[in-house]
Amino acid sequence: MSPTPIAWQAETVPVAGIALHLARAGAGAPVLVLHHDIGRPEPSPFDDALARSFSVLAPSHPGYDKSPRPDWMRSVRDVAVVYQWLLGERELTRDLTLVGLGLGGWIAAEMATMAPRAFKRLVLVGAMGIKPERGEIADQALLSYIDYVRRGFADQRAFDRLFGAEPTTAQLEQWDLNREMTFRIAWKPYMYGATLPHLLGGVATPALVVWGREDRIVPLECGERYAKSLPRARLAIVEGAGHFVDMEKPDELAQLVIRFVNEA
Amino acid sequence: MHLMYFTEQPMSAYDAQAGLDFGATALMFSNRHFDPVAGSRLYNEYLEHYRLAEEVGFDGIMLNEHHNAPFCMQAKCNVFASILAAMTRRVKLVLLGNPLPLADNPVRLAEELAMIDMVSRGRLVSGFVRGGGQEQLAAGVNPAYNRERFEEAHALIVKAWTQTGPFRWEGTHYQHRVVNPWAVPLQTPHPRVWIPGVLSKETIVWAAKQRYPYIALSTEIEATKKIWELYDKVALETGYAGGPEYRGYLQRCHVAETEEKAMANAKQFMWMQGEFTGLAHPVWSSPSGYFSPSYRTAFVEYAVGRRSNPRGAAFEDQITNQQIVAGTPKTVIPKLRRLLEETRPSIMGFWASDGFVSNEDTKTCIRLLGQEVLPALRDIGKELGLWSPFEANAPTSIHFAEPARLKDAARQA
Repeated sequence: MSPTPIAWQAETVPVAGIALHLARAGAGAPVLVLHHDIGRPEPSPFDDALARSFSVLAPSHPGYDKSPRPDWMRSVRDVAVVYQWLLGERELTRDLTLVGLGLGGWIAAEMATMAPRAFKRLVLVGAMGIKPERGEIADQALLSYIDYVRRGFADQRAFDRLFGAEPTTAQLEQWDLNREMTFRIAWKPYMYGATLPHLLGGVATPALVVWGREDRIVPLECGERYAKSLPRARLAIVEGAGHFVDMEKPDELAQLVIRFVNEA
Repeated sequence: MHLMYFTEQPMSAYDAQAGLDFGATALMFSNRHFDPVAGSRLYNEYLEHYRLAEEVGFDGIMLNEHHNAPFCMQAKCNVFASILAAMTRRVKLVLLGNPLPLADNPVRLAEELAMIDMVSRGRLVSGFVRGGGQEQLAAGVNPAYNRERFEEAHALIVKAWTQTGPFRWEGTHYQHRVVNPWAVPLQTPHPRVWIPGVLSKETIVWAAKQRYPYIALSTEIEATKKIWELYDKVALETGYAGGPEYRGYLQRCHVAETEEKAMANAKQFMWMQGEFTGLAHPVWSSPSGYFSPSYRTAFVEYAVGRRSNPRGAAFEDQITNQQIVAGTPKTVIPKLRRLLEETRPSIMGFWASDGFVSNEDTKTCIRLLGQEVLPALRDIGKELGLWSPFEANAPTSIHFAEPARLKDAARQA
């Protein structure tokens, strides 16, 4: 039995001079889903699964996918402020759950440090943002678009299902545009903020840190560190998943999020 | 004409098989394959070649730099320019050039270049480049801001050279609360700036708008003509007429006593092309944001192996289309005449040998070029009216109508 398809509605919201693209679907408690550095796949089974339980907002980050590039933007913290602005415009901060995937997890963590009590729940999945002490965050500048994304999957068949064994040139161009924006905001230091770990201690929001056991992009130790630094966090490890847990195990991840949000 | 000697300073003394096995000889190809004993010998041979080039009559020595690759040992062109400033007496020191985006402190570059200009008694030509794609990674510099950094660093350096300090610079990529370098160039308004390039239209347009000569790096004759079409069009729009004094060309050209020997040694040009293009890494050489958005489709396809590198023509084809010229002085002169007639540059760089060409053969090549080829080219240049920027007293730039010259006191001394 295949689940009923989700009807997503798209709108453009002006924030900080950016015509921000926002996809919305579902009803219920609001959840903001922040996508990976490679962008948001369409369709996105994970977002669909959440939209069956929540009112889901899925923006394209400034300069990614369908949101135009703000030339002035220089940091992941800038993106976090843009989203705070968006939520303020919509009066959405109350009862909102933040779900951040990879780079989106870093953005979500920054948002939580800026407003330590504003959110209902924080979910970080394979989040960038913290410098590993033993391993390294994979450097996409050294990997082709395809090799980088493949590296984020434990099971290559999942990649093939989503993108095809040979992704289209249009897909490669989108990955290139997204990669360029990642370089513009997270080049140096690459994919972490040196000050973020010092600021996580004030976050009162209950947090769930989820990591794919076979994440070869952001080492699991970063998940352990997030779980230790955030005062009200616990770590959940998804077996058989890589960095893109949402793409590889969408239902399993959605169930973790739904249970966590409904625990309260 | 302005005739220059050039070498990439190849580090040929490494295990080529290791490079083939690794699949790339750039950026991540381990420097454990670099042998400093051979490096020391080669650096000193190259200095000997530069000295000989001045002796046999070249007008200039062209220098460049690259990083993390064996095809070019020169990691800082200002270092060799400094040595040559003291070691030579007559030749122009033509840096093509300093990769501006790689610099975190352009004021420091302005100082170094001013020192080279003073030590050389005003013989500096200071070219600027963006640096190769992989060099952004070698230097840890953001490829997405490459062109912005290039333009801003250039503006800051020219200001540091031409306006007295102290002044303050609050730019997008560079902030200097005090700019007041005590080393300033001997030439006024500032040393000439030439811009080399091979691929980016944006660079040609930028050079033409600045009224800086553009140096085409070993492009095919037809491609070179297209470069000059674009340059001349932008020049007209900018308010001046292009022409030979704005045109430079780097020619691979090996000369020997016999055709057979010249051809055998010229094959070594493929060594570097194998390194540079064939064995360049498609991802590392084209980081996102580095290339013009108009090439995005081509580069994403190149990066995943769906498109071959457009620059990798076969040796025989490059002999035919004259990207490589080789022979005895007698046979290369007509070929060079064709290039001069068809593309009309006044600045010519001679990339004389590469790869494993022996020290002796390189010196023979330099000698033959100086004694037999250069005089013939000077005659052809006169016949065709190919006056260099120095001969034509061309303006320093769009902002400075006067030609670069020594400060008055230095001229009287």
